[in-house]
This record gives sequence, structure tokens and C-alpha cells, in this order.
Amino acid sequence: MSTATLAKTATSATVEFRALRRTFGATTALDGLDLTVNPGELLALLGPSGCGKTTALRILAGFESHDSGQVLVDGEDVTRIPAHKRDAGMVFQSYSLFPHLTAIDNVAFGLRMRGTGKAQRRRRAQELLELVGLPQRAEHYPHQMSGGQQQRIALARALALQPRVLLLDEPLSALDAKVRLNLREEIRRLQQELGITTLFVTHDQEEALSMADRVAVLRAGRLEQCAAPSELYARPATAFVAEFVGTMSRIPCERAGEGTVSVLGRRHAVDGAMPATGDLHVLVRPENVLLAPSPQGPALVVSASFLGAVTRLTVRLADGTEIKADLPTEGATALPVGSAADIALPDRPVLVDRR
Amino acid sequence: MAQLISRLRVWRGAVLLLAGIYFLVPMAASVWFSIDDVNGIGFDAYTGLLSAPGFTDSLWLTLGLAAVTVVVLLLLLVPAMIAVRLGSPRLRPVLEVVCTLPLVVPPVALTAGLIGVLRWGPDYLMDTPFFQTFVFIQQPEFPLVLVIAYVLMALPLAYRALDAGLRAVDVRTLVEAARNCGASWPRAVFAVILPNLRGALLNASFLTLALVLGEFTAASILGYEPFSVWIYSVGNSQGQMSVAVSVLSLLITWVLLLLLAAAGRERHHKTATS
Ligand SMILES: Nc1ncnc2c1ncn2[C@@H]1O[C@H](COP(=O)(O)OP(=O)(O)OP(=O)(O)O)[C@@H](O)[C@H]1O
Ligand SMILES: [Mg+2]
Repeated sequence: MSTATLAKTATSATVEFRALRRTFGATTALDGLDLTVNPGELLALLGPSGCGKTTALRILAGFESHDSGQVLVDGEDVTRIPAHKRDAGMVFQSYSLFPHLTAIDNVAFGLRMRGTGKAQRRRRAQELLELVGLPQRAEHYPHQMSGGQQQRIALARALALQPRVLLLDEPLSALDAKVRLNLREEIRRLQQELGITTLFVTHDQEEALSMADRVAVLRAGRLEQCAAPSELYARPATAFVAEFVGTMSRIPCERAGEGTVSVLGRRHAVDGAMPATGDLHVLVRPENVLLAPSPQGPALVVSASFLGAVTRLTVRLADGTEIKADLPTEGATALPVGSAADIALPDRPVLVDRR
Repeated sequence: MAQLISRLRVWRGAVLLLAGIYFLVPMAASVWFSIDDVNGIGFDAYTGLLSAPGFTDSLWLTLGLAAVTVVVLLLLLVPAMIAVRLGSPRLRPVLEVVCTLPLVVPPVALTAGLIGVLRWGPDYLMDTPFFQTFVFIQQPEFPLVLVIAYVLMALPLAYRALDAGLRAVDVRTLVEAARNCGASWPRAVFAVILPNLRGALLNASFLTLALVLGEFTAASILGYEPFSVWIYSVGNSQGQMSVAVSVLSLLITWVLLLLLAAAGRERHHKTATS
């Protein structure tokens, strides 16, 4: 039905943060953030708590000011535009529906502010409710709806004015796991159908990797890396990204010549630049660790956790290093806790970082 | 569990009954005393009261004072409290202390202070326009000076009521959500904060109204005659009438509070169905 009509009218914008800085007293929330969001893409802002994700979003929405730098939407500096004219739809982390209005009136609120006639705005609000799959809840008040339903309504409300940018600040964080998964897929589907430029803030790396076209990893108010999920996972630009996205184990290694290190008794080429000085660690993902049962092996299995198709084993080396390794669950039965194993890394370049 | 609930029910009933007896017995006795006549039942005390000089004047004066007090109080408090929440949450404790302060000043002391100012002011301000202001706020037809006193006295009550209401809504997020939907921020406050404060506004008005209806000290010391003072002077002259007077004032207070509650419910009903 209406996605087609909505999609036709929706315009997608380019968003650029340029050297954006914002401090709150002694804390630096944003420390020169540079980031471009392409038209129609869903970009996830990922980072640990307090790294400035919400601040960046609020500056874009016009709720917060910045100290220096620029925010451009379609090349135009939006700094002087007040929040209510920013043309950016936002879904908040906390439930933010207007408690005294029904679902349909919540969705129609923006149209009412714009002076759209009652019949027309109700028709459009009803369309949006159908879009988010809750047409039967039109006359319900927020307190009569579940958290997931409220966030859907909030999404419909954010889309009602056909904004150029959609801003989602951890919209799923207050929901339970199952609802979260559903809604995640739904947001992605809607976003793709409407082709709307979307910034999605999250500190859940799985959420970011599964939904986004590109993921921007933030650290202490700066951009660490911005790349497609597969690239981010396979070729993290920094150790911080490597360890923040997915699981990484650190294994001490020796320098073995230019661009080569020796680890677990074998030589591996280094992926990317190798720090010129200092002791090094190899960073390795659990699925890339090879284990084989061997009574004389150097690795001791210290714990196992069942994850479904795979089982994650933690092994300890003689020097105390702990390494995580994912094995197919059938294979893992050969390596009970307390048994010994041979350990190796696949024969390909490895990531290294200073110890 | 079921046993616990049924035991709770029994207790609830008992407490209700006791409270009912505590309130109703004296009232019933008063009513009975006020209509008890040598030859059966008579409403002389009430008719005498209603026809006594000054009844309507003093009642209107009180209602007028109550209305103006409520309006002034809400106009002062609501914007201040919302602004503090939106703009500078750190000032919240300051506002709280300032608004609670009148609680520790007894009405007598407040009135004494007011009298001091009223005496002192005109001497010094004789040749300035402020002199007229002093005269104006003390005119007997509508003594604004009483409104000032009542606003101060009701400040803590109204503050508490509004604070409870504001705590129940996330003012900041709601305003931001509304602004995000294209409402300028004053409009956001009117469209999404005030409607959600309806209960709190009503409560604050309730408490203020009740306070003004019953206030006696300030009015009588300053020499005005709103309903409470009038009732007192009439009641003093005759035993039966004095009881009739208290029954009547109770009734009037009740009726007003019920009207206010009904008005609140009416509006709620409308917003719920529109
Ligand atoms: N209004 C404010 N006043 C003072 N400090 C603030 C304010 N807003 C944010 N900060 C600080 O700025 C930093 C970044 O905050 P921000 O809310 O952007 O983090 P975040 O990445 O969204 O974190 P989270 O994942 O916990 O939501 C934090 O250290 C925070 O304490
Ligand atoms: Mg945040």
C-alpha cells in the first residue's frame, strides 16, 4: 500500500559532520568528529558509553549546540536552523510518546503543528500506523501499549513529516531481546523501502553489524573507523575497533623480521603497518583459532560455553595467556574442560597491536 | 494469599468505618443542633444567616480572592518550574527551597510583616507613584494585599502539587519530541506539557482554594471581611447560628471542590474521546 506513495515523496539527504567539537565543562563529548552519511544509507554510530553518540545526534537534531565545526545537510550548514525546522525525524531512547494523546494523534501531531486539516492528517497518520504494523492500535493511549509498540508509534511519528534524515537514538535498548530482533528487522525494511538517510545510534555491535550499510565506530568523541560491517569485522583499522567489534583474543608474539611476527611457534605476515617499537600482541578472532585434541598440546581447555551451532572454548597457554576459540559443537565434545590441545592460527596475515 | 487479601479487606472496612465515625458524628451532631427547635425542626438559624447583612458580599469577596490567588500562583509557578526543568536543572533545589520557605513562617508573623510594610511604605513613598499602589492594593472592595498574602501561604502547597505532576512526565524529552515534530518550544509546552499537567494544576488549585476559603488570620488582622471573617463575626453573636455557620461553610467548600473536580473530569473526558 502506502510505502510506495511515501517512498515517492521521501527525499534523502547527505549529512556531514565536520571537525565537530562539543565540551561539557571538563568532559569532551565530541573531539573533532568527521563523518559523512550518504543519501539513503543506514549508518550506525557505534561506540562505548559516553563516546558522544547521543551528543552528535542531538546536535544534528538541533537540541544541542556545538563549540566548533560544522553540521551540513545536503551541503547546507544547519547550525542556525532551530530544532523545529530541522526536518529530521527522531526516535528517542526513552519512551517519548505524548501520554495524553492516542497513537494516531501522536503520529498526527507534527501534521497538526503544520496546520494540516484534521481529516487529511488522520488519513495520513492511519497510513503510517499501517506502515509500522499497528493500525488496530490507533485509538490506544501510550500507557495501553507495550514498549515495542510505543517505539513503533514513535517511529511512525518521526516519519510523519517526511523528514530528510531519520535519527534513531538506541530506540531498541529498552526492549526485551525478542522484540528487539523483530523491530530491528522492521526498521531496516522500512528504511530501505523509504530510502531515507538514517543515523542509528547503538552500543550493541551485533545490532550495528546486522542492520547498517556502514558502521562508524566512535571512541572518545572521535571517529575510529567507518566501513561496511563485513570490512569492519574482517579488516578493523585499529586495535580498538578490532576489540570493540566482535570478540578478540590477544596473544603475545615476537618480532621476526620486517612485517613478520612469530606466534605460537609459527611465522605470520602482519596485516597492515607494524608498530616500529615495543612488544606486540597478535589479535585473533575465536573462529580463526584452530584447536586439535592432543595430550601433549600446549593449550589447556579451561572453560566451554555452548552458543548453539558453535561452542566457545577458552584455552590457557603455559604463560597464562587465555585465548577464545569457536568450534563446531560436535567437534567440541572431543575437547572437554581439562583436556589439552594443539593450537594454531590459519596461514594468513594477522593483526598486531602494542602490548 | 487470598486469606491475606480478605483480612486486608476487613481492615480496610474497619479503618473506613472509624474514619467515617470520626468525621460524620460531630457533623451530624452539628447539623442536628443547628436545626433543633423548641417545637421540632426549624431552619431559622440558616435563614437568619442567609439574610444577615454582608453574606453575599463576603462570599463573593472570598471567591474573587480565591480565583485571583489561584491564577496568580499558577502564572508564577508553572512557567518557573517548567523553565527550571528545561533550562537549568541545577536551579531546581533553589526553587524548591524558596517555594517551601513560607511554610516555616506562621501566618501571624507574615501578617505582622505585611502590616509593617503597609505602615512604613506610605510615609516614605508619599510623593511617588508608589503611594497610589499602596492605596490600590488596600482598597476594601478587593484587597489585593490579601492576594499577596495568600499567594505566599499557598506557595508551598501549590509547589508540591505541581512538582508531583512534573515528576510524572519527562518534561525535557516530551518538549524535544514536540520540537522534533515541528512545534516551536513555547508551543511544545502548551501542546504537550500543560495537558499532561492537568491533574497537578487541578490539585494545586484545589489546595489553594481550600486554603483561601478557610484563611482567617491575615484577613482579620488586616481588617477585611471575607467569608471566614464574616462567619466568625456573625457566629459570635448567637450560639445556634454559629454552628449553622460552620455547617454552611463546610458545605460551600465541598460544593466548590466538587465543582472543580467535576470540571477536571469533564475536560479529561473530552480529551479522551476527541
Ligand atoms: N548535558 C550534558 N551535561 C554534561 N555532560 C554531558 C551532557 N550530555 C552529555 N554529557 C557528557 O558527554 C559525554 C558524551 O555523552 P553522550 O550522551 O553523547 O554519550 P553516548 O555515546 O550517547 O553514551 P551512551 O551510550 O551511554 O548513551 C559523556 O561523558 C556525558 O557525560
Ligand atoms: Mg546515548
